Amino acid sequence: MSDIPAVVPAVLTEQSVIRAQRLRGGARTFGAIGLAAILLVAVITLAVMVGAAAIPARAVIAIILHRLPLLAIDLDTTGTSEAWQRIVMEVRLPRVLTAGVAGAALAYAGTTYQGVFRNPLADSFLLGIASGAALGASIAIMAPLGVDTYGFGLVPPLAFAGACLAVTLAYAAARIGDTVSNTRLILAGVAISSAAGAVTSFILLTGGERAIPIFAFLFGSFNSATWPRLWVALPYIALGGAVIAMHARLLNVLQLDEEQAAQLGIDVLRTKFVLLAAASLIAAAAVAMAGVIGFVGLIVPHVARMLIGTDYRRLLPLAALLGASFLIAADIIARTALQPQEVPVGVVTAIVGAPFFLTLMRARRLGG
Amino acid sequence: MRTASSPTTSLLTVSDLRVNLGGAPVLRGVGLTVAAGEVAGLLGPNGVGKTTLLRAISGVAPSAAGHVQVHGATLAALGRRRLAQMVAVVQQLPEAPPELRVEELVLLGRTPHLGLLARESTRDYAIARQAMRRAGCAMLAERALGTLSGGQRRRAFIARALAQEPALLLLDEPTANLDVQAQGETFELLRQLAAEGVGVLVAVHDLTLAAAYCDRVVLLHEGRIVAVGTPAEVITADIVHRVYGAHVDVIHHPVHGAPIVVPARLEATRDH
Repeated sequence: MSDIPAVVPAVLTEQSVIRAQRLRGGARTFGAIGLAAILLVAVITLAVMVGAAAIPARAVIAIILHRLPLLAIDLDTTGTSEAWQRIVMEVRLPRVLTAGVAGAALAYAGTTYQGVFRNPLADSFLLGIASGAALGASIAIMAPLGVDTYGFGLVPPLAFAGACLAVTLAYAAARIGDTVSNTRLILAGVAISSAAGAVTSFILLTGGERAIPIFAFLFGSFNSATWPRLWVALPYIALGGAVIAMHARLLNVLQLDEEQAAQLGIDVLRTKFVLLAAASLIAAAAVAMAGVIGFVGLIVPHVARMLIGTDYRRLLPLAALLGASFLIAADIIARTALQPQEVPVGVVTAIVGAPFFLTLMRARRLGG
Repeated sequence: MRTASSPTTSLLTVSDLRVNLGGAPVLRGVGLTVAAGEVAGLLGPNGVGKTTLLRAISGVAPSAAGHVQVHGATLAALGRRRLAQMVAVVQQLPEAPPELRVEELVLLGRTPHLGLLARESTRDYAIARQAMRRAGCAMLAERALGTLSGGQRRRAFIARALAQEPALLLLDEPTANLDVQAQGETFELLRQLAAEGVGVLVAVHDLTLAAAYCDRVVLLHEGRIVAVGTPAEVITADIVHRVYGAHVDVIHHPVHGAPIVVPARLEATRDH
């Protein structure tokens, strides 16, 4: 050991300092994401407990653990009635998980949009996704077709098609030659939103009683959540989420301006296109599943950024977890606040979200 | 004017480069070379196309004609990523989120060396640290960019360029608005890098500073190169007057003989 040159200890020290520093950083990230995961599990449990018939936490946990695939842990299920099992597994859990998936998807997509546009106001609704989906849903509701696709009607597929069509139109309109400027894309999205919104309004005004279900879609609801509806939306969300996760480090590079990103070897146009397509897919799937729910995609990314900083590799998973908890919690309020009547969940997210966000913004002097 | 110390290994070759911006020609046929191990100064009045030339070399300003070669390969043949592995740019006023920490910024310099799914390794961190030490911003590693002074911010971006481990370093006015000590430190660093074999092309306003530190200078005027050579050959009262329209006296440094440009006070001359 005596023939090791004198410089080696210095290098080793530096390396071990870097390792220790990265370990600390990793622990902080893990801590924040771990806490958010624990919060999510707690919120899910609470959401399944609360309702017309209150079910104790013990019973909820026992029923869910028993049904977990592969695990099927058997806790003492004495005192958990057949009725409770049905309420948990067939009514509340699909609804709660649908709200969670939609919240995670909207927050994840919102984080991506804010990153791509380098604009804190960007969210899923900016590019016409919400209004395109609303128009698609309105057409589905008014269409004289008695088509019943796997028990959940034409609303989700047409909402999904409307959202995708609106984004594609906005992108095509904003594209001039080889460039797609952020400003043009946002302006095109706003224009297409207004056009689609106008048509939806016309349908609402002239549709009479048949148009009433459109309102449910416009303000979002998990009223009609079912397992099959969740399973149909999930692959799109998983695919889009995986693509964005793969590009999370490039999203960090895009936080510099586009010229610097290009000088660091990034194909900016391609990267932006892939990220926008993936985020739009996720958001469209969420809206098709749950209707138009505002505010989640706008505020959750900001909260996550305050908690964990600007690295998108940490930011995206944290935003997804927080978005899921937030929307599940909002749905608890939506179905319990005016029992037995339900408040549209989109109304709750805005009413609870706006003051919370304004307080946070002032406290943290967000936006300089 | 041909330079006496003609480069033997041409790292960068620009030939008959023409660039139009918004339809107007900005570069009208520029040719120049930068060799490994030399500091070349890019001189010229405001608005002659210095920044455009640096952008074209780094592949972000589309050229209408002519070509740029790095190590003998054209930009198109290299592709963005390989170009970024060889060429790093320090822009004059680069944008970045104010909450980004200096170390995070510098680590972004490793981007061209990392695959899509790769994480920065301990080696990447070590390279970033070394880059920060050399650029004189190691003690700022944890600071957010928004809290830095203009000079500190400049150092952070130079460190990011160093973390790219480039063969060719392009800098656009790296010493603008810096105090005299920071100016000297920046150019001393460029000389050290050149001594290690890096080719440096630096746009400079301060002719005296360019004369003191550059091996060669290239004088750009109205989209063309009007003079190339050693600072002593190019920086003369006559050429400065023709290109900048300014009346200057050029005197010579008492120790190393580099030209020093001082304004000629017309009424002071008239009094004599």
